[in-house]
Amino acid sequence: MPIIGVKRDLLFKSLGQEYTDDQFSDLCFEFGLELDEVTTEKQMITNEQGAEQSAGASEDIVYRIEIPANRYDLLCLEGLVLGLLVFQGKLSPPRYKAVTPEKGSVQKLIVTPATKLIRPYAVAAVLRNITFNQDSYKSFIDLQDKLHQNICRKRSLVAIGTHDLDTVVGPFTYDAKPPSDIKFQALNQDKEYTATELMDLYSTHAQLKQYLHIIKDSPVYPIIYDKNGVVLSMPPIINGNHSRITLNTRNVFIECTALDLTKAKIVLDTLICMFSQYCIDKYTAECCEVLLPDGTVTRYPELAYREEVVNIQKTNTYIGISEPADKIAKLLTKMCLKSEVANSEDQVIVEVPPSRHDVIHACDIYEDVAVSYGYNNIKKTIPKTATIGAQFPLNKLSDQLREQIAQAGFTEVLTFSLCSRDDIATKLGRNINDIPAVHISNPKTLEFQVARTTLVPGLLKTLAANKKMPLPMKLFEVSDVVIRDETAEVGARNERRGCALNCNRTPGFEIIHGLLDRLMQLLEIPRSSNKDMTGYYLQAVDDPAYFPQRCAEVVANGQVIGIMGVLHPDVIMKFELTHPVACLEINIEPFV
Amino acid sequence: MQAIPNARVGFSKAMSSGWITVTKNAGEPIVARKVDDIKDTVRDHLQLILAKSPDEVTDEQKQEYKKRKLLQEVVTKSFLLGKGKNFATSVEKPETELTQEMIASGSWKEKNFKPYNLDSLGISPERGHLHTLLKVRDQFRQIFLEMGFSEMPTNNFVESSFWNFDALFQPQQHPARDAHDTFFISEPKLSTKFPSDYLERVRRVHSEGGYGSQGYGYEWKIKEAQKNLLRTHTTAVSARMLYQLAQKEFHPAKYFSIDRVFRNETLDATHLAEFYQVEGLIVDHNLTLGDLIGTLYEFFKKLGISQLNFKPAYNPYTEPSMEIFCYHTGLHKWIEVGNSGVFRPEMLLPMGLPEDVNVIAWGLSLERPTMIKYGLNNIRDLVGPRVNIQMVHDNPICRLEK
Repeated sequence: MPIIGVKRDLLFKSLGQEYTDDQFSDLCFEFGLELDEVTTEKQMITNEQGAEQSAGASEDIVYRIEIPANRYDLLCLEGLVLGLLVFQGKLSPPRYKAVTPEKGSVQKLIVTPATKLIRPYAVAAVLRNITFNQDSYKSFIDLQDKLHQNICRKRSLVAIGTHDLDTVVGPFTYDAKPPSDIKFQALNQDKEYTATELMDLYSTHAQLKQYLHIIKDSPVYPIIYDKNGVVLSMPPIINGNHSRITLNTRNVFIECTALDLTKAKIVLDTLICMFSQYCIDKYTAECCEVLLPDGTVTRYPELAYREEVVNIQKTNTYIGISEPADKIAKLLTKMCLKSEVANSEDQVIVEVPPSRHDVIHACDIYEDVAVSYGYNNIKKTIPKTATIGAQFPLNKLSDQLREQIAQAGFTEVLTFSLCSRDDIATKLGRNINDIPAVHISNPKTLEFQVARTTLVPGLLKTLAANKKMPLPMKLFEVSDVVIRDETAEVGARNERRGCALNCNRTPGFEIIHGLLDRLMQLLEIPRSSNKDMTGYYLQAVDDPAYFPQRCAEVVANGQVIGIMGVLHPDVIMKFELTHPVACLEINIEPFV
Repeated sequence: MQAIPNARVGFSKAMSSGWITVTKNAGEPIVARKVDDIKDTVRDHLQLILAKSPDEVTDEQKQEYKKRKLLQEVVTKSFLLGKGKNFATSVEKPETELTQEMIASGSWKEKNFKPYNLDSLGISPERGHLHTLLKVRDQFRQIFLEMGFSEMPTNNFVESSFWNFDALFQPQQHPARDAHDTFFISEPKLSTKFPSDYLERVRRVHSEGGYGSQGYGYEWKIKEAQKNLLRTHTTAVSARMLYQLAQKEFHPAKYFSIDRVFRNETLDATHLAEFYQVEGLIVDHNLTLGDLIGTLYEFFKKLGISQLNFKPAYNPYTEPSMEIFCYHTGLHKWIEVGNSGVFRPEMLLPMGLPEDVNVIAWGLSLERPTMIKYGLNNIRDLVGPRVNIQMVHDNPICRLEK
């Protein structure tokens, strides 16, 4: 969930009202936001970089507010203020417009075919006659950063570049060139570097190094330059120093290059909706033409308004309220979705603005009606659905067996499904390649290398961590292991196992054996005297995890269902234990 | 002085009373009389005591003489013994326990029995124990069964991205599908068996829209959907159940599950890579958000929680979505206890469910309420091999409503 930091006093000034922390927290709660933390800029820097770095930082109170991940229109103070003022009915939702410039000279962005190799899409727009102050300038930069981190997926899907239009001359070209052919003075650098040199330079840069991989190995790098060859930016890495925006910038040229055109348009629309309020012609942006290699010309920004017609009855039934059409229209307008009652009284026409790209279905509108109405004001009802409950048979059996094993004097443990390869292989005297285990491709540590194929290691680790408990220790677990299985739909399946162990000065094979006998009695499996297809019996077997001649397979109804025995001293040592252990593990699924 | 016995006695007192002086001329010091007459009260007192009139000497004075070792107090104790009620000329040992022979012979009537020490503890009974967290799970299972819910088969940890994400209308570029949030599987890497018609409908609703939706407007790739992972939520199983339900003649249903899910996130004192998710859902015609709120009130009432607060939230697959907060009377604050919502039409309609059917659902983790209930700070004390077995032994019966 993205978090934005806004200066409290600036926020209250823009909202035209002061709140206590609790009051503001309540307002956020109603709107669907969460006031995460009340801190200061100085405190934030201290937390991130240490106390020395924060010297001289502002002590102004900062509110850190958690924003829903799909509300790009709330990712900056401007958007937040707008949303809240409209929500409180203090402001009417603004109308955004893309205007064609008076003199008819539309800015052009020419896209060359080479860009198809690396980053095919581009959109552009101009914010004309804008005035920044220190706060709005910082907010502008922060919003780009937030968008980069979220919808742009760390600049990999979309990259934003903003430039002082008065320092460059259109038409602009969006091209892709071999890195050695690109040379310019990048932002905050004092001399020109080639793109290759910049890659090296930024390989140690704390922020930029994470984006280098996006274009590093490509034969061509994206590059935007103006009529005179002045470089505006090398997306997604860095802008040119020449066109950098300052507090004095009056006209802003915005370009977004992307792998996903939909997201590029959303990003462009969001920037405009948030900052066009600072233009002389409020809430407008000047359009640009993007010329594609195939000859098509598209004008951006789209700033499209979409009409969605919602049925009142459906809306009321979805939420569980019964409001008339005009009330619903008012509720929606409070959420920046300007609405009107349609000619037929059972419908409302909702205008979805370009700042609300999160609204893609009528259900998004229903939610906004509910939020506006207040979730806690909705009357609670119980569904009339009459059903008869049921247990999942395997779980029912597992729970009954767990009860019984506990009654037999064993203590239940709960261990992890993920473990290291050694835990299920070398520590048990086996080879990992012989085990049909599911392997994790991106484990952060050894502990997450594989999904367990046996419950034994978990029990042994629990023993090792509880050495101060008096002996004998009798532990058990009834839980799933994961087995690779080509016949299964996803290539693997779970298997429900029951595993118990006895640890004491002597292993206590007879105790584990006694438990097995008891379980078979409870499952009504008789002891098989002639080792046939009905009943259960033990047969001696060799297994590297068990002590020689102290290990047996458990056969029930003609099928090997498990293994029991005295664990091998090597296993005891490898799990850092000191006392002998007798252990039983069976598959309980055949008994469902 | 050293030669004459008892010469030291009273020497310092005599000096301090000014009765004698010591002069040190050349050679040995000489003790000489200083005054002509003295009143030796100490001697008088001691003679009084000797004459058996001790009361004329005050206690303070007696203490002083004792200190000076002039007086010694000797305590003599005496007992007067007489025959008691149970006087007998032979000694009998009292019995500790009634035995079978005593009952048979009736000899218990003549025996003495030692009384029990009721202040000590009894012998701890032989028993096994169920795990603390699983006892909580058992109670949650009960609650769902009491409310008429059917348990879903969740015994499959490995899932395909298709059922875990795509079928739930979670877009392929979503951060939750990143390698740093999800455990992807290297073996077996891919799933390839999907219902092909359904897959096509899912592809279309993601990239182009339909069913009343604009869609996400991106190119949906089957390669992404095929990637196997360890399920990040049991909602993947719910999706499978809903799909199954849609393939037959529709009937309303209530499902639940409580099982493990896996997240590849940063670990800390309250977060592990695997934990239990509790999930409930109701499928019926024309269910409302009010129905969800009402159901949640009933559900949480069984946990002893009656004050709830709902906050608008965001989930890729529910709209409206609500975060559920409850008031913790012990901590005196509102805490988040779960997440809920109405499944999006883009998820339900491609499955083939009737258009007026809604699914309301909610979920919470099992570990969090357990840790709050038992006052635990570190989740590793509750789950995993480092669990404190003594805690498991001593843990009471689980009563969620208290």
